[in-house]
Amino acid sequence: MNFDFSDDQRLLQEEVRKMLADTCTSAEIRRVLDGKATHAETVWRNLIDMGAATAAIPESYGGAGLGYLELCLVAEEAGRHLAPAPLSSSIYLAAEALLKGGSEAQKQQWLPRIARGELIATAALGSGETYLATPPLTFADGTLTGRAAVVADGMIAGLAILRAGDQLVLVDLESPGVTRKPLTSLDPTRPHAELNFSATPAELLRDGLQGPALAARVLDGAAVLLAFEQVGGAARILDISRDYALERKAFGRQIGGFQALKHKMADIYTRNELARVHAYYGAWALAADAPELPLAAAAARVAATTAYKHAAEEGIEIHGGIGFTWEMDCHLYLRRSRHLGQLIGSEHAWRDRLAHELIKETA
Amino acid sequence: MDFKDTPEEAAYRGQVRAWLEANGQRRQSADQVFGEGLDDAAKLAAAKAWQARKAQAGYAAITWPKEMGGQGGTAMQEVIYKQEEAAYLVPRMIFENSLGQCLPTIAAWARPELKARHLAKGIAGDEIWCQLFSEPAAGSDTGGIRTRADKQGDHWIINGQKVWTSGAHFCDHGILLARSDWDKPKQEGLTMFILDMKAPGVEIRPIHQMSGDSEFNEVFLNDVRIADTHRLGPECDGWKVMLSTLMHERLAVGGHLPTDLHHVLIDLARKCRWNGRPALEDARVRDRVADAFLLQHGVELIIARGLTALSKGKAPGPEMSLTKLVAAKAMQDISSFALELAGPEGALSHESIGQDWNYMQRLWLGAPGARVAGGTDEIMKNIIAERVLGLPGEIRTDRKTPFREL
Repeated sequence: MNFDFSDDQRLLQEEVRKMLADTCTSAEIRRVLDGKATHAETVWRNLIDMGAATAAIPESYGGAGLGYLELCLVAEEAGRHLAPAPLSSSIYLAAEALLKGGSEAQKQQWLPRIARGELIATAALGSGETYLATPPLTFADGTLTGRAAVVADGMIAGLAILRAGDQLVLVDLESPGVTRKPLTSLDPTRPHAELNFSATPAELLRDGLQGPALAARVLDGAAVLLAFEQVGGAARILDISRDYALERKAFGRQIGGFQALKHKMADIYTRNELARVHAYYGAWALAADAPELPLAAAAARVAATTAYKHAAEEGIEIHGGIGFTWEMDCHLYLRRSRHLGQLIGSEHAWRDRLAHELIKETA
Repeated sequence: MDFKDTPEEAAYRGQVRAWLEANGQRRQSADQVFGEGLDDAAKLAAAKAWQARKAQAGYAAITWPKEMGGQGGTAMQEVIYKQEEAAYLVPRMIFENSLGQCLPTIAAWARPELKARHLAKGIAGDEIWCQLFSEPAAGSDTGGIRTRADKQGDHWIINGQKVWTSGAHFCDHGILLARSDWDKPKQEGLTMFILDMKAPGVEIRPIHQMSGDSEFNEVFLNDVRIADTHRLGPECDGWKVMLSTLMHERLAVGGHLPTDLHHVLIDLARKCRWNGRPALEDARVRDRVADAFLLQHGVELIIARGLTALSKGKAPGPEMSLTKLVAAKAMQDISSFALELAGPEGALSHESIGQDWNYMQRLWLGAPGARVAGGTDEIMKNIIAERVLGLPGEIRTDRKTPFREL
């Protein structure tokens, strides 16, 4: 039984943690929050230069060539430190779609640029849940037309992988016929945009998995990686709330000594640890490319989404009034939990997916 | 990261499997139990015979040091044995207290001649031990013990009542915690003894549980004489002796939740219809199936982390204290929802609705006990809050007061 990360993997995590503690400060996050930056450029540059962001991109495409377990731990730290960086867009989604479905030429053309940080990529692979009822993008004769309504990091991306009907297409966003419109987000530290295409040159992802199967595989991997970000964020807001409860006094004692708050924090810890082990199991399935991946990814997604939402909500509650102020960082965790929990489809869609896998397994 | 045995673990597992294959009887279904159809005496005799075979083969006290009669093996070997044995029809809840807590306490604190007399017999199942700590007024707060131990020359006279004593009706000996000094604060006036369960003045009454079973007893102690040679540890050091016993329990990494609960839930749901459609197509049912898996597999994975620590020769981390809390509540929630699947018919007992429902109904009736046993949910949350998160302990007003003034 070896259900844990290796010492070398923990060492990488520690280095990323130190770097983020130094550079991904509250002030830096708030530059993005206040709209003064689209992302934390230094943090992103460091994640690239350390080989952390590119841990799972093979060396032949300019990545660090370490693996998915390493990338999971990078994700945990990014989540813990609320890194306002396009890790999910450029790495978990776009680079992964290229790796799993791109032709050799497509990989050679784009992955090294992503891995060097010259180019930020993004992807919107669709979810069954919608409100805006945007007609699907149409891809015909090598051109893409229509609107991608919600694209994370859409204002800063140079490349997008988008779902057009049942196909995944790759679009160079410097091509003609692309217009972008910035959108405001509930988590302003993770901006979105609307992308419009008018006969924009585009191409299919040509090799390996195709269409819905490719989208499902990429989303499974992203679910695991996002779960690590969620687990990291949930653990951090619990730490912050615990520290505050030890410091703050009311009725003549530390509020952390009141059983109502002790049990509240024990509940948060319990959910966080359940989410953590499901994320670990997802990491194992992702790294081993195991047939259990769809099940493990859905379990990690649901457990981590619910845990982070709960931790972020109750974290503010533990702080009391001060937790409701703009100055305190509590709301940054609440906002991030919302962003991460909806990015690739809500908890409910993934819960149904989990049920589907479980029922299928016993049929 | 993987879920595989190390080569040494795999070799040990192979050896265990071969022995079980040659000596044991494989379980045919999840709800089949050891000794079905036998009366209590015959079941006990069969259990003792099995324990003796295990002891002879070196599987009864795997982790104990050789000088105590054990194998000097690793905690991981113990876990491997238990994992493999789980597929067989073997006695449950008969020798656990003897081997898990009582005999290690004897080994640590008893006089040499008593160790010699009891350890080997205990390992072989010849003698069975129980633990007499809890009392009607001392449950979560074990320090509130009121059973008296009064010294008379070279003997002690014991008077009082114990409760929740597992297996007292078939045990030969017990370790007994009693109050020997009423002028000291509660935890400082306790002394630990060896009690002969057949001694005059020991009266055992089974507790009829809400589940219908009787696994526990009340034990009444009326002028029971215990020789001072049967004291464990110094006078008034009983609390320390008890904690050393519970330390053995801490290492336990056993599963606390049946591993197939979500499958049973899905199988039952497959047989039910909601509004004329298969229940498994209903989003609410699917939600609960997902929840069942998240809890059940979550517990298994937390245990897998604990086993990883054991496998590397380390002590499992504090997260292990979660498993009991999560597992007991999950057992209640999952079994409760399973019964709901059948609507009005789900109000019938399995004798009327069908044998398929027996397993979940038993779990549902047992779950309230599982949530209380070994520490209520509230006690477990305090443990997590204080030992894992470092939050302050409860305000205590009884720490320094002489017990008789409380």
